[in-house]
Amino acid sequence: MTDVGWIDAALTSARPQAVSALLRYFRDLDTAEEAYQEACLKALAAWPKNGPPRDPAAWLIFVGRNVAIDAKRRTAKQQALPEEDQLSDLEDVETNVVEKLDNADYRDDVLRLLFVCCHPDLPATQQVALALRIVSGLSVAQIARAFLVGEAAMEQRITRAKRRIADAGVPFETPSPADRAERLAAVAAMLYLVFNEGYSTVANEAQQRAPLSEEAIRLARVLLRLFPSEPEILGLTALMLLQHSRTGARFNADGELVLLEDQNRTLWNHDLIAEGLALIDKALRHRRPGPYQIQSAIAALHARAERWEDTDWPQIELLYAALERETPSPVVTLNRAVAVSKVRGAQAALDMIEPLADRLSTYFHFHGVRGAFLLELDRNDEAREAFNRAIALANSPAEAAHIRTHLDKLQANARAK
Amino acid sequence: MLYAFLCYNNENTVMSWSKAQDDAVMDKLSVVHEKLKAQGKLGPSLRLMPTTTATTLVKEKDLVLDGPYAETKEALLGLYILDLASLDEALAVARELGQANPGGAYEIRPIRLYNDDRLAAS
Repeated sequence: MTDVGWIDAALTSARPQAVSALLRYFRDLDTAEEAYQEACLKALAAWPKNGPPRDPAAWLIFVGRNVAIDAKRRTAKQQALPEEDQLSDLEDVETNVVEKLDNADYRDDVLRLLFVCCHPDLPATQQVALALRIVSGLSVAQIARAFLVGEAAMEQRITRAKRRIADAGVPFETPSPADRAERLAAVAAMLYLVFNEGYSTVANEAQQRAPLSEEAIRLARVLLRLFPSEPEILGLTALMLLQHSRTGARFNADGELVLLEDQNRTLWNHDLIAEGLALIDKALRHRRPGPYQIQSAIAALHARAERWEDTDWPQIELLYAALERETPSPVVTLNRAVAVSKVRGAQAALDMIEPLADRLSTYFHFHGVRGAFLLELDRNDEAREAFNRAIALANSPAEAAHIRTHLDKLQANARAK
Repeated sequence: MLYAFLCYNNENTVMSWSKAQDDAVMDKLSVVHEKLKAQGKLGPSLRLMPTTTATTLVKEKDLVLDGPYAETKEALLGLYILDLASLDEALAVARELGQANPGGAYEIRPIRLYNDDRLAAS
């Protein structure tokens, strides 16, 4: 009755809790990971016979702790162990450990494990690789494939990142509410990085990378179960679900990127949309807005529109204005300008983005968007110039192809005159 | 007699199923569902969204909480309504469903009142 697939899922799902609790016991990442590995081996032997335990994480923590302590005992026989660590009867695993571990214990453990991956000294790509290795338990080969780099390079990257966090030391004290909020914010940013690593603009890459987005969603749900009332974690999870819901519509049969406005909305995943919308509802009730909630609310307005023409642009513009206040950036202003162009016309939108020209001069989307506004205003020569600059800055063939359709339109217009 | 089958499972595990695993479970379940349907025994059935989407109203203090009411190792993830002759039959059906969908438990609860009001004007 217990097939191996089920055991795999149980081990995967228990990993963040198990490794993070073992990290608390041993205060050393390598020891914690080894202990977890050993416990998994024992699980693979025991679970098919005895059936899965009610709480796989508690089982793995208990067994992992014992195995590692036995190993330590062998290497350091003289050291006496505290009594509670000498439990060895697997029969009582559940009753013993389940009583001791409830959500509150897991909470700070899992947060700590995620947080050590967000060390500010680590560049973003290393944070993501480390989280996938330590928290998700992906193999180096799997991570390398997702990042489209060689296995040896990835191995090196992860080893280096681990060394750096070992040098920095893991924060083991129970966090104060302020620390906890700070950690949550760092972890949210890191999860969103993981998600975006799975988001590619090239079709065959997208397929290879999609598991990263799914993993980010899975971890966000784990985090949300531990911190169910954090509006920004609700918002982040909703944002990822809503963006991920469009996966099936993002590429056409030829592997070309399809823009939001041209996507076949029946191909969107409506289960994910419904879940995302439910989470946003919950987040808004707390009346503590933040960037993830605002972005997810924008994504929700797109998700709710049955057709592109039905998009609620006035509301989207208001939300971008709110986002601009929360996290001012020229890119947010650029996005707001797109909404403004739908509400108040291209001239108003163009006026809004002209002051950004210096700061966004090397940004593909700036020139693409600006070209589109100019095109709408029949300023064709300027539009052509903007599109040419955009093509030169395109990050992918798909982006360049999209701009080329604008240029073709310009040419057709010119010929028609 | 009408029975409710309350489906409990470890949510973290179920949420870690790959798409393929999830599809495989749903395929196996649908075989059992079809059989029950053909016998006229299957009423409405539903799969709940993750507990992260749940909100709980504590009536006394009008307290609104995020998350499910009961924090249990296994969460309530779905529900069947079935028309079955006896507890024996209910257990047999539960075992058959359990073969298709491993892990967790079914709570079998006879139904006292069943209002089949379809959602009006939807």
